[in-house]
Amino acid sequence: MATVRIPPVLRPSVGGEREVSADGANVGEVLDSLASAHPDTRGQLFGEGGELNRYVNVYLNDEDVRVLDGLDTTVSEGDTLVILPAMAGGS
Amino acid sequence: MPSGAEFIRQIKSEIDEVDPSDVKPLVNNGVAIVDVRETDEFVAGHLPGAKHVPRAYLEQRIEGVAPDRSQRVVLYCASGNRSALAAHTLIKDLGYENVQSMTGGYTLWKDRGYDVVVPRSLSPEQRERYSRHLLVPEVGLEGQMKLLDAKVLCLGAGGLGSPIALYLAAAGVGTLGIVDDDVVDLSNLQRQVIHTTAGIGTPKVDSAEAAVKDLNPDVNVVKYQTRLDASNIMEIIEGYDVIVDGVDNFPTRYLLNDASVRLGIPVVSAAILGFEGQLSVFAPHDGPCYRCLFPVPPPAELAPSCGANGVLGVLPGTMGLLQATEVIKLITGSGTPLIGRLLMYDALDATTTELKVRRDPECPICSRDPEDISDDEMGVFPDYEAFCAAAG
Repeated sequence: MATVRIPPVLRPSVGGEREVSADGANVGEVLDSLASAHPDTRGQLFGEGGELNRYVNVYLNDEDVRVLDGLDTTVSEGDTLVILPAMAGGS
Repeated sequence: MPSGAEFIRQIKSEIDEVDPSDVKPLVNNGVAIVDVRETDEFVAGHLPGAKHVPRAYLEQRIEGVAPDRSQRVVLYCASGNRSALAAHTLIKDLGYENVQSMTGGYTLWKDRGYDVVVPRSLSPEQRERYSRHLLVPEVGLEGQMKLLDAKVLCLGAGGLGSPIALYLAAAGVGTLGIVDDDVVDLSNLQRQVIHTTAGIGTPKVDSAEAAVKDLNPDVNVVKYQTRLDASNIMEIIEGYDVIVDGVDNFPTRYLLNDASVRLGIPVVSAAILGFEGQLSVFAPHDGPCYRCLFPVPPPAELAPSCGANGVLGVLPGTMGLLQATEVIKLITGSGTPLIGRLLMYDALDATTTELKVRRDPECPICSRDPEDISDDEMGVFPDYEAFCAAAG
């Protein structure tokens, strides 16, 4: 079981939660179980081909999964996945 | 009891003295040359490369300039008496093993015609205004001079820009450029603390300039009442040492990134939404750029603005001041800047999270040598508005 931190823009899709728990042996499986539990997040996380959208950054603990093994990166019990969408608010 | 003169003679007999002609080859040669005079004497002129430790602070501060007790240390004052007393203290009380006092002090050095450094100095009023900076070694006189010489461009005089401009002005940043095409609105005042109720309806650059000048007349404000776009960005940002990004839309963030990478100007960037903020420093070629972090902007439904979604009024204050802190660190060269790291702040949870940001070796912008970019390419940008609209 990993913890997934939900950014503000995705919270309406998970019932307002800031963190959710999700099962999976790798990043792709954890995000997939998140999307299964909260279907509104699927279109925001994944493209039509099932690949992670390029505008969504995912970190395993503090490291970008793009420099690890991407969606195949192994997730261990107690790990935290951080979903980071770009934000531009300034005013 | 001995007279003062007899006491000093006694002290000098117990320490080593060295003639200025023997100190001359030691300048900038790895030997700690320490000026033990008062601050006003030091700033009027000193030996090249000399460290300043007033005699009154000798015991407290000597380790900052000469941490190794076996290293060679040459002390000087105006005529050689105070430095002899200081040398005696270092040897007898602190256990320094290789300390000498320069005979005749700065006066004899100067009479011999050897090189001196006359540092630029602060006016008495500036010395008072910035006294709390002068007291911290990480800023000090040198750092304060750097701040006074610095040119910082503040993009936006809104939620983030308000605290940034106020605190950078207070810190004595010499030139503060402010870009904003908006006018002050009542709904801004919940967070945009540089503006006032009386200023509603006036251009934000004018309102911000008035507040900055009230706070610190040392600051030269350069106003740009315009929106940054592809046609004006190179002209506006060129010549600034640091850019502070508080803009509220993706097209401008990408445009700014590309232009700042081309010109090699670091950008201290923050974004806010609701109760959360993000902060990072993009230093071209020393670390990742904005495109390395976010290769493409999100579609519009995932990129709400504060105007549409609201923001806790205090949050831009918190994030803006973290930005201002990074700006001051970049200018003074102190500390470890937030390069290659992204700080997330969650105000409701009172937590911070730090993520690593890597350079993308295939980044379409910062993986290229700006020197290799042809003149035709320089200053030419794709139409970002259309690009972002297409992405959404």
